Amino acid sequence: MSRRTVAELSRSLAKGEFSSTELTRDYLARIRAHNALYNAYITVTEDLALAQAAAADARRARGEHGPLTGIPLAHKDIFCIQDVLTTCGSKMLANFVAPYNATVVERFNAAGTVTLGKTNMDEFAMGSSNETSYFGPVRNPWDPERVPGGSSGGSAAAVAADLCAMATGTDTGGSIRQPAAFCGITGFKPSYGRISRWGMIAFASSLDQAGPICKSAEDAALMMNVMAGPDSRDSTCVDSAAPNYMTSLNDPLKGLRIGVPKQHLAKGLGAEVEAALQAALKVFEGLGATVKEVDLPNNHLSVSAYYVIAPAEASANLSRFDGVRYGYRCANPANLEDMYKRSRSEGFGNEVKRRIMVGTYALSAGYYDAYYIKAQQIRRLIKQDFDKAFQEVDVIIGPTTPHTAFKVGEKNDDPVTMYLEDIYTIGVNLAGLPGISIPAGSAKAPNGKPLPIGIQLVGNDFAEARVLNIAHQFQQHTDWHLQRPEV
Amino acid sequence: MVWETVIGLEVHVQLATKSKLFSGSSTTFGAAPNTQAGVYDLAMPGTLPVLNEQALRMAVKFGLAVDAEIGRRSVFDRKNYFYPDLPKGYQVSQLQFPTVGKGSLQITLEDGSEKVIGITRAHLEEDAGKSLHEDFEGLSGIDLNRAGTALLEIVSEPELRSAKEAVAYLKKLHSIIRYLGISDGNMAQGSMRCDANVSVRKLGATEFGTRTEIKNINSFRFVEKAILHEAQRQIDIIEDGGRIIQETRLYDDDRDETRSMRSKEVANDYRYFPEPDLLPIVIDEAYIESVRAELPELSIAKRARFVSQYGLSDYDAGVLSSSREMADYFEEVVKICGDAKLSANWVTGDLQALLNKSDLEIEQSPVSTQRLGALIGRIKDQTISSKIAKTVFEALLGNTHSVDEIIESQGLKQVTDTGAIEQLVDEVIAANPEQVAQFRAGKDKVFAFFIGQAMKASKGKANPEQLNALLQQKLKA
Repeated sequence: MSRRTVAELSRSLAKGEFSSTELTRDYLARIRAHNALYNAYITVTEDLALAQAAAADARRARGEHGPLTGIPLAHKDIFCIQDVLTTCGSKMLANFVAPYNATVVERFNAAGTVTLGKTNMDEFAMGSSNETSYFGPVRNPWDPERVPGGSSGGSAAAVAADLCAMATGTDTGGSIRQPAAFCGITGFKPSYGRISRWGMIAFASSLDQAGPICKSAEDAALMMNVMAGPDSRDSTCVDSAAPNYMTSLNDPLKGLRIGVPKQHLAKGLGAEVEAALQAALKVFEGLGATVKEVDLPNNHLSVSAYYVIAPAEASANLSRFDGVRYGYRCANPANLEDMYKRSRSEGFGNEVKRRIMVGTYALSAGYYDAYYIKAQQIRRLIKQDFDKAFQEVDVIIGPTTPHTAFKVGEKNDDPVTMYLEDIYTIGVNLAGLPGISIPAGSAKAPNGKPLPIGIQLVGNDFAEARVLNIAHQFQQHTDWHLQRPEV
Repeated sequence: MVWETVIGLEVHVQLATKSKLFSGSSTTFGAAPNTQAGVYDLAMPGTLPVLNEQALRMAVKFGLAVDAEIGRRSVFDRKNYFYPDLPKGYQVSQLQFPTVGKGSLQITLEDGSEKVIGITRAHLEEDAGKSLHEDFEGLSGIDLNRAGTALLEIVSEPELRSAKEAVAYLKKLHSIIRYLGISDGNMAQGSMRCDANVSVRKLGATEFGTRTEIKNINSFRFVEKAILHEAQRQIDIIEDGGRIIQETRLYDDDRDETRSMRSKEVANDYRYFPEPDLLPIVIDEAYIESVRAELPELSIAKRARFVSQYGLSDYDAGVLSSSREMADYFEEVVKICGDAKLSANWVTGDLQALLNKSDLEIEQSPVSTQRLGALIGRIKDQTISSKIAKTVFEALLGNTHSVDEIIESQGLKQVTDTGAIEQLVDEVIAANPEQVAQFRAGKDKVFAFFIGQAMKASKGKANPEQLNALLQQKLKA
């Protein structure tokens, strides 16, 4: 039963084919059997899960359930859950038990979902391979020699290996979409401001956005119905009520105008990924869509702008980890300065320290205009490029990543090569747009194992419902999203 | 050599909001350490700020009171530095786009002349917590109750030219924020804190000298003393051929001196950048007008009204409008007794003397407006004389008897019965034949002697006009 989509599980629970408690026990057993290999979970909250499952079964018995009541999920370890260890993948917070619930967690709890645990992630969400986690790398369920992507690698691997029915993720520069592509699942980053950030540990506040990681666009719509909506605790969360994302899933695609950025088909894109993209475009054309080329002339600047803005914000966001009130504190500090220096030197990993230094530099007197202000100008240009493209097309489709999942350790020596893996996803964050990665093909690794390929669908501001509709229609006519690794 | 002191003040005013600038935590002063710090104030991971609208309203109110430009789009910034009582490692403030822009304030100098002092800006920011260095045996304690409290930092132009002017400006500011009800302005409790930028230059010079900043001065008196001391220190250095170092100094009121805290030349780079967790505040005309409608009558307008409405002298009107509490007290008394001039005399005279003696503010007055009004009413209706009124005023202290009860029980009622006064006059004339002879010989001055004797005999209760008339009549007979 654990290999089904959320929509299927929801129907089965409704029919009484099995209880949430049985389903939860099944997932917990799978976690026990397989997590040692994949390292997808940092914390498994077995007692909490069983208590919530029992409560969900009672709710169903009383008829007070929603579609997600009793569905087991995993939260990325970036979301605060009251009284549960919340590490953000860092030694700095390896002992941190959150005193409150994130809005996203609160909303899933209210919907009656079952929390199986907290998933592994790149430290403070900084990474594209889940190798920067203090709790060790996550393994890709399609090929454990390979990375699952990052930073939401634990959530993606857990969904792909059926160690949960669905998971939450966060995406600052591609951290939901890239792991979804590498793991052959569906990952959706909504528009900036659509989901509250309250209780989500900040990496880069103007870019961070929560979203669903799951097995289908329909599942993503079910999750969005819980996650999206205004929150008075987050000033950057939009005030308008979220629509019901399920109602438009089956809208026809006839007349849909698809734009393919010419910059995405240029040098650097792997042949297998390009082939999968072209095949996917044929599917859309078969559904009545037209395809044309669009221009995103400043896309090549997105990685550079991102690696100024995100570290700049991070350098301030991570200042609170100072050893004073909670989290890691070095042993026997000689004085205040020694406590700061050693707590932060010992508590943060190399990638986090690298970005704090880059961000601090970019904000320093004498460099602020040349880096931070310039990067903000580029950010506006990138947004304008998208605005212009959306005057001509309804959705922009391209690859999610240039290549399929790489091997653990393969790109560790050169951070810039690793950063460039996010070339197709970063611009979407800078522009604040909704983007989904869905499985659209498969490549073969040298060891013969199949490796999933993802394509990315980007919509206009707050066009979440449309993006989910387009992705769902694709999945109604293809079966890439139904393929599972052998666990 | 004649030296001129140049002063600019940065005043931090703690706004009287119920909750903090960006969180719902209470702001009550004096609670047990760390009991008023919520998850945002503690900088728990994942927490976010939400602007307190009341604080914004107060800032705009202040801006309107000093005729300032209101920023139509103000932006919060992060000011980054590490300190244990700064939980987030940055302070949320406003750098480039403050809520309140250029404005001005009129102060009255000692010679009675007016001077307009420019206000550069006033911006909203959050307060830090407190580091406690005592009672922890070599360690430091942190109290985050104050962390996140709303502050309005009001920056003046360097247009103050003496310690006295600086104090006059500060007092005026104090009066305005209390008039507006946006802060209690209590300097001892830190709800109004003053940093002074001080430099000296030769009189007539156009360039400013190198300035020092004196931090956290916590009373009007210390502001004056600290500036006087610092200006003299700088003059001494320059006259000895030295050079002033731009630095931050701390005023030590025990020793009456300033001493160096840290040099600005190696100052922190605060790496300001726009706070991404908050949207820019957009203020439209309608909002400004709604705040303007709430503005109370301020001291300048009140002073003018006191002159025109009550016929007070400009001086009395100035004294009575110097604080909202004083003005309200005065008007309350007028309402009760119906005599503005007598009320003005009593409030600025006997009452003020009493308050000064007991070191009390008017809102702590031991004599309520009701009782002072009643007392003046009895002078007006001639139940008692002005002189006896002073006795009654004294008698009001330390009990809750009404004015009438005191007049009654102590037999202080004025004697207006002509027969009784006539008897007094006859007795005084009979007892002082020598003075009677002198008066009748043309020595008019002796008349005052008879008034005094008769008053004494009546224990001050005789109606002075009647007494006067009868004495005149009998002595000349």
